[in-house]
Amino acid sequence: MLPYILRRLGIGLLLAVLVTLITFWMLSFSFDGIAAGILGPASSPERIDALQEEMGLNRPVIIQYGEWLFHAVQGDFGISYFTSEPVVGAVLDRLAVTLSIVLVALLLSVIVSVVLGVLAASRAGVIDKTAQGISLLGLIFPNLLIAIVLVLLLSLNLKLLPATGFTPFSEDPLQWLRSITIPVIVLVINGISNMMAQVRGTMVGELQSDYIRTLRSRGISTGAIVYKHALRNAAAPALIVLSLEFIQMFGGALIIENVFALPGFGSFAFNSALQGDIPVIMGVTVFSTLLVVCVNLVTDLINGWLNPKARVY
Amino acid sequence: MSNLLSEATLIEEEKPTAPRRSAFRRIISDPQAVITGAILIIVSLLGPLAPLIAGHGPNDASLDAVNAPVGTPGYPLGGDQSGRDVLSRLLYSINTALESGLIGAGVAIVIGMTAGLIGGYFGARIRAIIEQVFNLIMTFPGLLLLIVLMPLTRGDHRTTMLIFGVMLSPGIYRIVRNVTIGVRNELYVDAALVSGVSTIRILGRHVMPVVIGPVIIQAAFLMGGAINVQSGLAFLGVGSAEIPSFGAMIASGFQNLYVEPFQFAWPALLLGVFTACLVLLGNALRDALEGARPKPTKVGKMLRAADAAAAGVQTEATCLLEVRNLKLAYPSPTGELNEVLSGVSFTLSEGETLGLVGESGSGKTQTAFSVLGLLPGEAVVTGGSIFFDGRDLLSLSENELRKIRGRDIAYVPQEPMSNLDPSATVGAQLVEGIRASTGAAKSEAKQRALELLERVGIPDPKRTFGQYAHEISGGMAQRVLIAGAVASRPRILIADEPTTALDVTIQAEILDLLRDLQEEMGMAIILVTHNFGVVADICSKLAVMKTGEVVEAGDVVEVFQSPQHEYTTMLLNSILDESDVRTDPPVNVTEQSNEVSR
Amino acid sequence: MTNPLLEIEDLRVTFPGKGFRAKPHEVLHGASLTIDQGEVLGLVGESGSGKTTIGRAVLGLVKPSGGTIRFRGEDITHASSARRRQLAREIQVVFQDPYSSLNPALTIGDILSEPLIIQGYTKNDARQRVKTLLDHVGLPKDAAERIPKEFSGGQRQRVAIARALAPSPKLIVCDEPVSALDLSTQALVLKLLVDIQRETGAAYLFISHDLGVVRHISHRVTVISKGDLVETGPAAQVTSEPEHPYTQRLLLAAPVADPLMQEKRRAERKRLIEAQRQQDEQAGAVA
Repeated sequence: MLPYILRRLGIGLLLAVLVTLITFWMLSFSFDGIAAGILGPASSPERIDALQEEMGLNRPVIIQYGEWLFHAVQGDFGISYFTSEPVVGAVLDRLAVTLSIVLVALLLSVIVSVVLGVLAASRAGVIDKTAQGISLLGLIFPNLLIAIVLVLLLSLNLKLLPATGFTPFSEDPLQWLRSITIPVIVLVINGISNMMAQVRGTMVGELQSDYIRTLRSRGISTGAIVYKHALRNAAAPALIVLSLEFIQMFGGALIIENVFALPGFGSFAFNSALQGDIPVIMGVTVFSTLLVVCVNLVTDLINGWLNPKARVY
Repeated sequence: MSNLLSEATLIEEEKPTAPRRSAFRRIISDPQAVITGAILIIVSLLGPLAPLIAGHGPNDASLDAVNAPVGTPGYPLGGDQSGRDVLSRLLYSINTALESGLIGAGVAIVIGMTAGLIGGYFGARIRAIIEQVFNLIMTFPGLLLLIVLMPLTRGDHRTTMLIFGVMLSPGIYRIVRNVTIGVRNELYVDAALVSGVSTIRILGRHVMPVVIGPVIIQAAFLMGGAINVQSGLAFLGVGSAEIPSFGAMIASGFQNLYVEPFQFAWPALLLGVFTACLVLLGNALRDALEGARPKPTKVGKMLRAADAAAAGVQTEATCLLEVRNLKLAYPSPTGELNEVLSGVSFTLSEGETLGLVGESGSGKTQTAFSVLGLLPGEAVVTGGSIFFDGRDLLSLSENELRKIRGRDIAYVPQEPMSNLDPSATVGAQLVEGIRASTGAAKSEAKQRALELLERVGIPDPKRTFGQYAHEISGGMAQRVLIAGAVASRPRILIADEPTTALDVTIQAEILDLLRDLQEEMGMAIILVTHNFGVVADICSKLAVMKTGEVVEAGDVVEVFQSPQHEYTTMLLNSILDESDVRTDPPVNVTEQSNEVSR
Repeated sequence: MTNPLLEIEDLRVTFPGKGFRAKPHEVLHGASLTIDQGEVLGLVGESGSGKTTIGRAVLGLVKPSGGTIRFRGEDITHASSARRRQLAREIQVVFQDPYSSLNPALTIGDILSEPLIIQGYTKNDARQRVKTLLDHVGLPKDAAERIPKEFSGGQRQRVAIARALAPSPKLIVCDEPVSALDLSTQALVLKLLVDIQRETGAAYLFISHDLGVVRHISHRVTVISKGDLVETGPAAQVTSEPEHPYTQRLLLAAPVADPLMQEKRRAERKRLIEAQRQQDEQAGAVA
């Protein structure tokens, strides 16, 4: 199994290089305006040109990329054009914030989706209709509006939760919980809608399989059949949706971070993109890509563990 | 030729013709699809018509209109904080939303569908290359990429949605690829290939019609997603301030929420309408185009019609199992009950092997499942009783039935591979079954399982114990299933076509095994089959079934030698005689008379 | 002596292994057979024997890795798709599964006219021919407007036969054409196949796992086991008094529909297996 993991990570790193190369190349079309962005449009053209030259932005793109890559593989992602703080540290700080929100949201989504999905599939009737209704509601309302409405309701009107700002867990666990509650709720609503439909659908299919009937004929209890056999086989497709959901949540967190003024990964990327802060942008890209690679690898490993037929190692 | 025709129409009862409703008609008759579709069309039309309807340009600002309330002359929906007409901006924003949706969904579909058709149709190697490319696309960090590329796109919604469409294409690819592979593997594509049909024509005529449905459904969802994402980005301030959009309007409206709440409400409402309608339309399309998807039913529920007779009393106390006048029905899509068993009756005594014979649709398998209590959830018992040990099985609860199942009445299925849990080892499943039916401890059960595996003829029981279903052959899998069934020394073994899926040499061995096991354990066997040879080999009596009824029953030798019912006679006559060999020589026909003339 | 219609020599087919690094495995190890004009050759084997693969290779659905297939003297082993289109006039197929061999979304008329239109028929001519074909296989004339779902398995198989007959082929590969049908329907469809064969003089490569069915329709029979052809001969001889041990086992394993006779056959089978086992032991001891 180890060689498989190493091989996947190796391919992942190659993919990351490819992704950063393509991204850098696409960004290079905007290099002309960077110096002007830093100095401000009111500066003289000579000063702008000089800075452009000094920053090495006039060199061929591939050389600039090569230089960045050379430093990057040594762990040096440079410093921000605007704040001069090292990119790596800044990115990791922000990543921690977003991860704390996303992981909590994901965990809650999974628990609720699995429980509701399994119940809906195995008991049908009212529970099923309710579950489908919940799923539908989550899909109908745009993310943006859900976030805004919740803020309006819970923070501004009822003053239950803080509207903006983030408190790190290490500082004050309760405050941390309060500061991430609304963001988590928004993400969870979306997450449940997608995942539960998937779990329910797959479970319904599994429960109608031949082997389930044969297991029943042996006198095995319904509970064991649903939760041990059917669920284990339904897990694989659900896992794929889960990994996609994780990636999506990262993106969805972006808007939320902006609405709630959370110093997260998404808003960090957003602001640096607005300003054209190339080193930060590249750092963000690398970490996001590696995140995707790891998530996919973990998903495949878990899938292989659950489903012996799918084991590719 | 003519007597062939009459025989055909005599015996092959034609299936009832299902009402043919084209997909289009189904969509039209679904209120959800019609209403949401209509709303979308009407609202969408407002966008391109904006220059005609709107009173002002989207960016025309006037000091008089700053924060104007609803109903101000010239500004029916009010004015925003910059003095622009809300209604005009709203109408032009519809265009932005439509462009975003169409570009995002369109790009995704064009790329995904083309790649899916090629990858699905042309074999593994090309598919592998295509999937490497899509793997690369999926590695790009989603929404973050759109942000990250802002310096390049300047937030222009068209470019952004183009990139978004590329990012969405792997999803479409997967769907189209799977559908295409499914069609590619159908025999009618092979037949078309043999007939010399070209690849283009096969793709167009056979593959595309199947692909179109799921793609249209996804298109609805993708459009909703694209509009959502674009609105979110615009809300964050991505994009030109010149181009009006729902997101931009919501952002400025949000800032002004306490001054004039309607500035926020109008764009929010319209965005909500678009999203909701697209999702609901997608769902309705899915119901219309993909139709029958399995519905969940409560596991373990067996319905009994209200007017079915109450539990009867067993009259013949001597026999082990008595099925009396069993009636079973299934609800049709329109709600009526279609009867599949119209009064089935037979008895089974200790040590007997009863062959339940019939063609497809005779109801023999349904009868077997009724005895086991393993019918699908929609099945309704409309009459009759099944007596086992003096009790009417049809009146017992699921819990009581579960105790009987596996312990007293056991089941051997038809298809060995699909009846084993693919993610559990052979041994684990056996042990679980043994513990459930005999209450043995784990180590005891494992011991018994190994003994059973050896008894049924598995060459290396320990090895097989740890293997998975996909690692053993069909014949071995069937032996494993038989082992699981006889583990508790059941009084009745119900075998549903246990050898139909096996080679004839393996079949003979399995029948030998069943016969030996029966002798050893004193079981009674009900063997469901369509093969009279199998009946002749192993059964002591038989019951012939036709369309839900038993038409003839009796001792095996007697029925074979002198069948009483004309259906039995017909069936026995259909069996190919062993002495019936082709005697006429190969046809030596000249070229001309090769044509089928008439 | 006329040339054989179909000549297969030393045919080998290899399938790639499943999974990432699985080895490819050879499914046919050099099979050779001939079929004369107007002859029915029965090809009998169990699952995994390679019988279907031979049929698919003749039809061009599978690429051989070795050996030659000659049709009317011409080497068609690696025929181009253009040549295959022409061959479609002469080599046709009837598949086993009546449910997946007809496109469920097309009408019977469309299904039957597709191969005709490819061959250059006009729409009207095709429609005429479809009527003739439907009549020939015993289906009502209005069947052309209906879809496969409205027909039973046996009727669909008749449609498949009609489709194979459309271009008046010289050779029809029948891949287990009655195996998926009910008992009573089997007999009727088999009779139809025999009648058509007599009338049109087409040759059949009749693939089946059922000795009884093969016996009924074939002039000659060849038996295949695990990729090797083990016995070939006149139908009467191979299916009643086979010489190869595998065929002997196959014959005795098939149950006969008479309880008393089956008991005798069971005893015979036990004797045969015992005798073969002893032979194998002796051969092993000597070697």
